[in-house]
Amino acid sequence: MNNNGNSSSGTVVSNVPPQSPDVLMQNGVPTIISAAGVNVMSGDEKLHTISILVENRPGVLARVAHVFARRGFNLESLAVSRTEDHTVSRITVVVAGDDAAFTQIGNQLFKLIDVIKVIDHTRDNLVGRELALIKVRADNAQTRAEIAQIAQLFKAKVVDTTTETLMLEVVGRGDKVDAVQKLLDQYEILELVRTGIIVLNRGEKQT
Amino acid sequence: MDGAEILLECLKREGVDAFFGISGGAILPIYDALGKQQDIWSILTRHEQGAGHMAEGYARATGRVGTCIGTSGPGATNLVTAITDAYMDSTPTVFFSGQVATPNIGKDAFQECDMYGITMPIVKHSYLLKRTADIPRVIKEAYHIARSGRPGPVLVDIPKDVSEGIFGGEFVYPETVNLRGYNPETPAADEQIKAAAKLIAEAKQPVLYVGNGINAADAADELLAFAEWINCPVTTTLLGRGAFPGGHALALDMLGMHGTAYANWAIHESDLIIALGVRFDDRVTGNPKAWAPNAKVIHVDIDRAELGKIRFAQVPIWGDVKTVIKQLQGATSPKNHAEWNERLDKWKADAPLTYEKTGHLKPQFILEELQKATDGEAIMTTDVGQHQMWAAQYYHPKRTRSFITSGGLGTMGYGYPAAIGAKVGCIMGHRPDVDVWCITGDGSFQMNIQELATGVIYDIPVKVAVLNNSSLGMVRQWQKLFYSKRWSGIDLTKCPDFEKIAQAYSATGVTITHEDEVADAIREAQKNPGTVVLNFLTDKEEDVFPMIPGGKTVHDLVIDGSGRKVRVGGGFQDEAPALEGAQAALSTATSGESVSEWNDDLKSGEVKI
Repeated sequence: MNNNGNSSSGTVVSNVPPQSPDVLMQNGVPTIISAAGVNVMSGDEKLHTISILVENRPGVLARVAHVFARRGFNLESLAVSRTEDHTVSRITVVVAGDDAAFTQIGNQLFKLIDVIKVIDHTRDNLVGRELALIKVRADNAQTRAEIAQIAQLFKAKVVDTTTETLMLEVVGRGDKVDAVQKLLDQYEILELVRTGIIVLNRGEKQT
Repeated sequence: MDGAEILLECLKREGVDAFFGISGGAILPIYDALGKQQDIWSILTRHEQGAGHMAEGYARATGRVGTCIGTSGPGATNLVTAITDAYMDSTPTVFFSGQVATPNIGKDAFQECDMYGITMPIVKHSYLLKRTADIPRVIKEAYHIARSGRPGPVLVDIPKDVSEGIFGGEFVYPETVNLRGYNPETPAADEQIKAAAKLIAEAKQPVLYVGNGINAADAADELLAFAEWINCPVTTTLLGRGAFPGGHALALDMLGMHGTAYANWAIHESDLIIALGVRFDDRVTGNPKAWAPNAKVIHVDIDRAELGKIRFAQVPIWGDVKTVIKQLQGATSPKNHAEWNERLDKWKADAPLTYEKTGHLKPQFILEELQKATDGEAIMTTDVGQHQMWAAQYYHPKRTRSFITSGGLGTMGYGYPAAIGAKVGCIMGHRPDVDVWCITGDGSFQMNIQELATGVIYDIPVKVAVLNNSSLGMVRQWQKLFYSKRWSGIDLTKCPDFEKIAQAYSATGVTITHEDEVADAIREAQKNPGTVVLNFLTDKEEDVFPMIPGGKTVHDLVIDGSGRKVRVGGGFQDEAPALEGAQAALSTATSGESVSEWNDDLKSGEVKI
C-alpha cells in the first residue's frame, strides 16, 4: 500500500508486532480513551490518568508534551521512568479534559512514531502512588512529637531530623499526601516536593 | 567511505534521483559527495523554500518521496514553510538540514539553530543524526515513514562531523525497518465494510466526498469504477481535484467555500456522505454542525485520528482507501440513483459556474481557454488566492496527481517551484511527460520568482500563467465584502513588469491584455520548448463566486457579485444581502475600472511605479 511507484526501492518490510490486545476496539477503530471518567471536573472535564509507553530516546518527552501543549492542556501530574525493558520508558500523565478532546489527544499520541502504547486508566483497577518529601519547622520537643504522631498515623517516615527541622517521606495516593499536607499546614512547612503519580494495574492485567 | 557518500548510497537505494537544495558550510561534505557521483540529479535552487516546494511538487506529481536539503541555520529555517506545507497536505518528503558539528551543538555556534526542535510540531517524524554508523538505518526509516500510512515530511538533521565521519565496517543497507510504535497499515474490519455496504444499499441520495487521499493512494481508477457501480455523484475537495475525472456525468466538481452551488446543495440534501480520504476541513464544512444535516457518514481514512475528528461518522473505517473502495465494491450491488442524479443535473444546468462578460480580460475566461487548449491533460500547479480558486473551478484535470496546490497551509509562492518539481518528475520518467502549467497571481509569483533561474538554467520548462490583477486579490475581495471596501495592504502597484522579468531570466515573456489574444498566447506557449511567462492583465474587480463565508452554511451561499443569498436548489432568498456591506460596496464598485487605463499605460510605456 502506498508504495506509489517506489518499487525500484524494494519492498519495505516493517517488523512491527500486531496491535496490542489491550487496545479497546469500537466500530473497528481502537478507542484508546474510554468514555467514562471517574473524577468529575468542571463541566465535561474529567481527570484522565494515562500511561504512555515510549521508546527510550532523546526528544520523545518533548514530542509527547507538545501534543498536550498545542491543544492547551495542562498536565496535572507527570512521571517519567525506566521500565522492566531498558529500551522502553513509561510516561504517566494526569490531565483534565472533556472526552472528545481527550480522544483526539490519544489518537494524536498514537501517531507519534516513538510512542508504542497509550493506555487510559479511567476504568482500570489501579494501584496508584505518589511520593512527597515535606520539610517542616520543628524547633521544640512538643512540635517534634506532634509531627511524629502525624507521621505514624499516615505511615509516613521521618527521614531527616535536625534541631530546627524535620523531614517526612509520605507515600500513597494523592489524597493521602493532600491530607498530610493539610495537617502539617498548622506548623510551618519550609519546603515540599511531590512526584507525579505512578500507576500499575492490579493482578495479571498489563498496564 | 565517509558519511556523505554513505548517505548518497542510501538515497540511491531509496530510488532518489532528484535532489533539490542549496549548499552551505555545514553540508559541504554532502555537496562534495554529490559532485563525485552521476546517479542523482542535484538541482541548485535560489532559495531553500523553493527547494522544499520543488520536492513537494515532485512528490505530488509522482507519488515518490521528494528530497531536498538546506544548510544549517538560515538554510534550515528557510525550509520550515515547505515542511509545514508538506505536513498539512500529507506530502511524502524527506528534508535534510545541515547542522554544526556535534561538539558545537547547543553552544550558539555560527549558523547553528535547533532545527530538530523548531520542526517538532510540523513533521511526521524527525532525526538528529549523532553517529555516522546510524546513517543507513535512519535513512531507511525516514523514507519508510515519509511514504507509508498517511504520508508526510520527515526531517533528518545531519551534523557536519557525522557527514564527514568515516563509516567503519561493511556497508549494508537494511532491508527492513523495526519501528514497533509505528503501525500505519491495518486491514479494515469486515463488520465495518458490511455496515457501510448496508448504508450504501439504503441510501437514496448519496454523495461521494473525496480528497487527496485518493491521489495519495493512487486510487482514482478504483474510485471511478465504484462511483459508476453505485451510480453515485462525486464531489472533490481542492486537493482532491483530479481524483475523479473532470467532465464526467457524475462529477459535481469542487465543494466548499468556493465550490459549485450544485456540489454544496447536493451535500446539503444528501442522506449519505461517503467520505474517502478527506478530513472535513473548515473550508469545506464551514459550520460543521449544520453541514449535511440529513446525512449519515461513512468515513474512510488511513489516519485514524481523522475519523470523527470534525464530524461524527456512523461508520468509521480505518484503512487504505484503495483497498477499502475495492472491498466496498465487492460488498455492494450496482445501484441506480436516476431521480437523484436528474435533480443534480438540473441544478448543474440552472446554477453553473459563470461570470459576467464585460469585455475586460476575465481570469475565468483564461482558465476556460487553458482547459480547451490542454483538454485537462496537463499538470496544473497553483499558488494561493483568487487564481487558485478559479483554477480549481474552471480547470478539470482528467487524471490523478494533476492538480497540485497548497491547500492546508495555503502557501503563496508554492506554485512555481512545485511546477518545477512536477516537471522534474516527468523528466525523470515517473509519469508521462505532459505540459506543466503554473497558474499564479502577481502576489504569489513574486514570493518565489527567483526560481525562474532554476527553471531556465536546468531547462525544466514550465508554462506560467500570471493572472495579474495588480493586487492581493483574495484579500481585496474580503475587504470589498466584509471590510467596507477599505483597501489596505493589497495594492501591488503594477510592479514589476513580468514580461521583462521573464526576459531578464532568459525565459519568454508575453503580456496579454485582451480576450482575443488569449488562445493564441496559450498555443504559442505550448509550442515553446522553454520556460514561458504569460502575463495576463486581468480585471481586478473580478471576484470569486460562489462563496459561502467562513463558518457559515449553505444557506449563506452567494452565487454572484450581487451579494444576494440563494436558496438551496436555486432562486434568490427574499431577505437582505448575505454579506454585510456587500451590496453597498458592489454598487459603488465599477467593474474593471482601472484595467483599461492600465492597459493603455502599459502600451504607451508609461507605467508609473
